[in-house]
Amino acid sequence: MSPDSGREFRRYHLLGIEELEAAEIMTILDTAASMAEISQREIKKVPTLRGKTVVNLFFEPSTRTRSSFELAAKRLSADIVNFSLPTSSVVKGESLKDTVRNLEAMATDALVVRHSSSGAPHYIASFCRSHVINAGDGTHEHPTQALLDAYTIRQVKKRFKGLRVVIVGDILHSRVARSNLHLLRKLGAEVILTGPPALVPREFELLGAKIEHSLEKALVGADVVMMLRIQKERQKANYFPSIREYRQLYCLTAERLKLAKKDAIIMHPGPINRGVEIESDLADSIQSVILQQVENGIAVRMAVLYLLLGGKEREAAD
Amino acid sequence: MGEKIKAKVMDATKIRRVLHRLTTEILERNRNLKNLVIVGIRTRGIYLGKRVAALIKELEKIEVPVGVLDITLYRDDFSELETQHMVQKTEIPFPIAKKDVILVDDVLFTGRTIRAAMDGLFDLGRPRSIQLLVLIDRGHRELPIRADYVGKVLPTSRKELVQVRLKEVDGVDEVLITEPEKL
Repeated sequence: MSPDSGREFRRYHLLGIEELEAAEIMTILDTAASMAEISQREIKKVPTLRGKTVVNLFFEPSTRTRSSFELAAKRLSADIVNFSLPTSSVVKGESLKDTVRNLEAMATDALVVRHSSSGAPHYIASFCRSHVINAGDGTHEHPTQALLDAYTIRQVKKRFKGLRVVIVGDILHSRVARSNLHLLRKLGAEVILTGPPALVPREFELLGAKIEHSLEKALVGADVVMMLRIQKERQKANYFPSIREYRQLYCLTAERLKLAKKDAIIMHPGPINRGVEIESDLADSIQSVILQQVENGIAVRMAVLYLLLGGKEREAAD
Repeated sequence: MGEKIKAKVMDATKIRRVLHRLTTEILERNRNLKNLVIVGIRTRGIYLGKRVAALIKELEKIEVPVGVLDITLYRDDFSELETQHMVQKTEIPFPIAKKDVILVDDVLFTGRTIRAAMDGLFDLGRPRSIQLLVLIDRGHRELPIRADYVGKVLPTSRKELVQVRLKEVDGVDEVLITEPEKL
């Protein structure tokens, strides 16, 4: 009877996937499915978050995620301010806490935070009034990416239980892989991690993943193949001998893809290094859902903003 | 459970007859039936809208498209609710610009739902007209809104609830007046 029934997401912040329940994840995905229609309209806007102020607080470069949050906020009629490292006073020596306090003094309602240090959004959430959304922290989590990946998988596969999802590449440095691993395990999918041994340590088994260092073996029977970018900027040591060798062993080629199921989908969180982790043609093939992921990102972020910012202003947890 | 049934206002037969009359009124008032579209407000407005469309088809052999409008994103009490409502899909897969839109809801009460629905419709296009059809008008308007087609005017007190139950959702066709029981 109540339109409220089935609503499970009641958190103040979205900091990671690890702490979410499966039902909360499904609520976000269902809400996103309702939001998707708005982006198909001629007037791509609803008045829901009128008068709310969202700040994109990006201490690390990003185009996709930042623009996606910006469009999501705008389609819900929120005002959004972009604040990124090179133009900010951080270069003038301001501390993170001061930066956030100053922004909050301008009556913000939500902060979308990306930072190169794992845990930075959690630290900000510990003292600020605004809702904090983690848009990627160090090598820790990138919850909205995992949510949009899940949304895309559900769109094509209609289920999670029993799906075989292979994540390929630099798992060690990937917050996308961590968030996806948490999410897919909670929803009942099987997750196989593959890549050079130094970048795919055994410890990930503790989080419920299966480890397989041979890409060929990992791909057998896969429903979803998720490719990751080699993150040169996060690698302080040499984790594999050369890009050429990496390509030989871990580049997704048409030949290798034949090992996966016929209807397997190829995913990539972007940006793509064509010809390194994936053959250029494959990224544009019919099996690729890479652009669908980008499109779905907006609906998922609209859902997150709606679910966090709606309702009476509550006291921040802690 | 937690509420007392005070009266049964309509049964299945009555609902069917009322919808028949309302459909005839629509046909009487609208000359160009090809320009009609029906938009039902979630949840029960959808099924009332579909029934009206079926009756128009039966009487005039014209297929009137039926869309679904979810007004959650247009509510005016967004910041006041303890927890916000689940957003559901709006599905209006046809243009509404220059159309005569029959907006359908089960109960007309404060008028706020209809205000939200009209805002929602205008975001999708500029209709030629919007006409409102409701099964029950229970009064207590807070906005200057009235219905064009009314199944039954039902004077109520604010404490009471009017519950429209439809086969498609509730397994039974009836309209009840109930009152929450004091603890």
